[in-house]
Amino acid sequence: MVDSQVVLWGQTIAYTCYALAIMALMAWFGYKITRQGDAYKAPTKLFYAFVSVLIVAGVSLHIITYNTIPWAPMDMNRADIKADKVFEITVANHQFNLPAERMIIKVGEKALFNVTSADLTYGFGLFRRDNSMLFQMQVVPGHNNDILWQFNKPGVYSIRSTEYSGPKGAQMIVENAVEVIE
Amino acid sequence: MKFIETFLHGEEGLFKPKTLTPMQKLVLRFVVVSLVFYFFALFEGMLMRIMQVDPSLMPADQYFGMLTAHPLVGIFGSTYSLVFGAFLFLVPFLMKKPIWSFKLANWTWILIAAGTMIFWTAGFLTHYSPLYTLYWPLPADFTQFNPLGGAIFITGIAIIMVGTAFFVINIFATITYTPEGWEKQPSGKLIKSALGIDAFSNLFKKRDKQKEHLVSLPVAAVARGTVDVALNAGIILFTGVLILVYMVAYLMGYDLKHSAIDALLYKNWFWWGLDLIADGLVLIFVAGTWYLLAMLITGKQLFMQNIARAALLVELVVSWTVWSHHLMSDQAQPGILKILSGELVTAFELITQGLAFFITLVTLWSARPLKMTNPLKFLLGGLLGFGLAVPAGIMQADIGLNRILHNTQWIIGPHVHVAILVGLTMTLYSAVYILFPIVTNGAKLYSQKLANVHFWFHLIGGIGMGAFMGMAGLHGMLRRTLYYNGEFNLYMILAALSGTLMFIAFLAFFYNIVMSLGLNGVIQVFTPSKLDVKDTVPAAE
Repeated sequence: MVDSQVVLWGQTIAYTCYALAIMALMAWFGYKITRQGDAYKAPTKLFYAFVSVLIVAGVSLHIITYNTIPWAPMDMNRADIKADKVFEITVANHQFNLPAERMIIKVGEKALFNVTSADLTYGFGLFRRDNSMLFQMQVVPGHNNDILWQFNKPGVYSIRSTEYSGPKGAQMIVENAVEVIE
Repeated sequence: MKFIETFLHGEEGLFKPKTLTPMQKLVLRFVVVSLVFYFFALFEGMLMRIMQVDPSLMPADQYFGMLTAHPLVGIFGSTYSLVFGAFLFLVPFLMKKPIWSFKLANWTWILIAAGTMIFWTAGFLTHYSPLYTLYWPLPADFTQFNPLGGAIFITGIAIIMVGTAFFVINIFATITYTPEGWEKQPSGKLIKSALGIDAFSNLFKKRDKQKEHLVSLPVAAVARGTVDVALNAGIILFTGVLILVYMVAYLMGYDLKHSAIDALLYKNWFWWGLDLIADGLVLIFVAGTWYLLAMLITGKQLFMQNIARAALLVELVVSWTVWSHHLMSDQAQPGILKILSGELVTAFELITQGLAFFITLVTLWSARPLKMTNPLKFLLGGLLGFGLAVPAGIMQADIGLNRILHNTQWIIGPHVHVAILVGLTMTLYSAVYILFPIVTNGAKLYSQKLANVHFWFHLIGGIGMGAFMGMAGLHGMLRRTLYYNGEFNLYMILAALSGTLMFIAFLAFFYNIVMSLGLNGVIQVFTPSKLDVKDTVPAAE
């Protein structure tokens, strides 16, 4: 499965190019609008062409990501996919209660993290050693909160609450909680 | 001596408060309240930026108390004040009829200012900090928060919602009522025109299609956005009462069960209401303001104005069905809602807001050459802000990308802060600069150089702050938390420097306004006017 860091790089490049383009466009527009020019009546077909571009852009983004980001279809269909490992985790009083045995996953395995909260709304995220995020989900009390993830690289990950649950929530970190081995 | 003279009486003494109508004074009161609370939000924002670099400077509970108050002060105390003030002035001004109730309008700013001060003080003193999201059961978690402080905090918000309800009543009553001595106004037709029901029913008529719009496009935008204001006030009031029930019960010795309320259902309900602001009234009001500004700046009709009018109605309907993009990381949320509401309806905002962007630019282009005035440059800044922030939002409202973006600094930086500080605020500044001579009866701006500083520092600071927050988010930095080991200090220092630019921009603007009106003038805005309350601007002699 493609690593989430690769997807983030793709997004960084795409959005940076877009941001630079729209800033350049507005700078150009701001300059040109103060200059003398021919009286210009924009044709309505230009307007409809622009709207068509927006529709294509808005819809195609989701089609492209659904077909290129592997965890998207896996997440939507996780009830029908058999996990290689299942980890039951509970959260209460700003503490993660992890399984008694260390969470070790082999490269290529699909692991299901099933997290339940006994009191507040929390978050559950796995983070790399450089603090970048592998994935996250919300942990809502009274509901099942499960995420299926396929690990394709060896590494050690920390767990961190990704949702605010009061000032104590900032300390909800379990270092080196998940290990992925060859 | 000239400095003191200008400081006391304004630039060239041109601002004469005695010539102001009650409506002009009213809108200036809203502006003053808005600027004061903008300063609150800005100052708190800067303190939090510093805390992001060095969290040891302040206790964590105080930081999160500030994090709770910051967006509420910014949205309700500042933005609601400015927008409500402007619209309570503009609707009667554009419809050439007196406001329905001046008293109610006056109570609106008083209640918003009082409510904001109440919740801010309660939060400051008791550190009540469930954040604006109020995820259940956090607002009623009395192991963490003082129930009395919380009850006062929620009461402050409720008072603001009462002021908001007064605004809603006044706007719709002003559009539909018949002023004394006037020929009977067609109330039903006016409200249909304002809400777009007539244009919608035209689609299904073969004959007798209504060709004229009784209500102008900017007033229609105000009316449609006000529908979301009303719905949102209802949701927040209801939620506030629910939380208050738990607080009062606790104070009386009863501990109500949190599990009586389903946390996910509550989250859906509350986000449905909150999105009526973020993806509803803000976008509708902004689009309407762009159209009005484009028409005022160019003196021309709006390009594709019937489409623009229809799009405002589409935007209203979209705002009722878009909330689920906030719950894409909630695994118990039905997948169909994530796809339909979270992805597809949200993508509609790219279309509606892109359309407003395009129409405004083409309208401006049709009138070139234009002079690069303050309203025009701030309007372009506002357009750029949404041009940057809306696509950033569409990207995060995606099932795949949300998994690695949700609750990171990406959300709050390139999307939220760029949308609010660059998109919304610069649009509002454009409106302030264009309305300035109208509501002050021709007062002169003290310094154009300061206006330029205001523009460039705000634009660069706003985009810079959003960009550095976004970079931190893409590297895994979460929002709504603190990092104690300097993990993201480089980005946070750069974001703080960008924030400093915005702080300087505001000081330049505030100083410029005070020097333009004079301290005496600002104070006299709060004294009653002796002119006729029915006149929006002074009657021609």
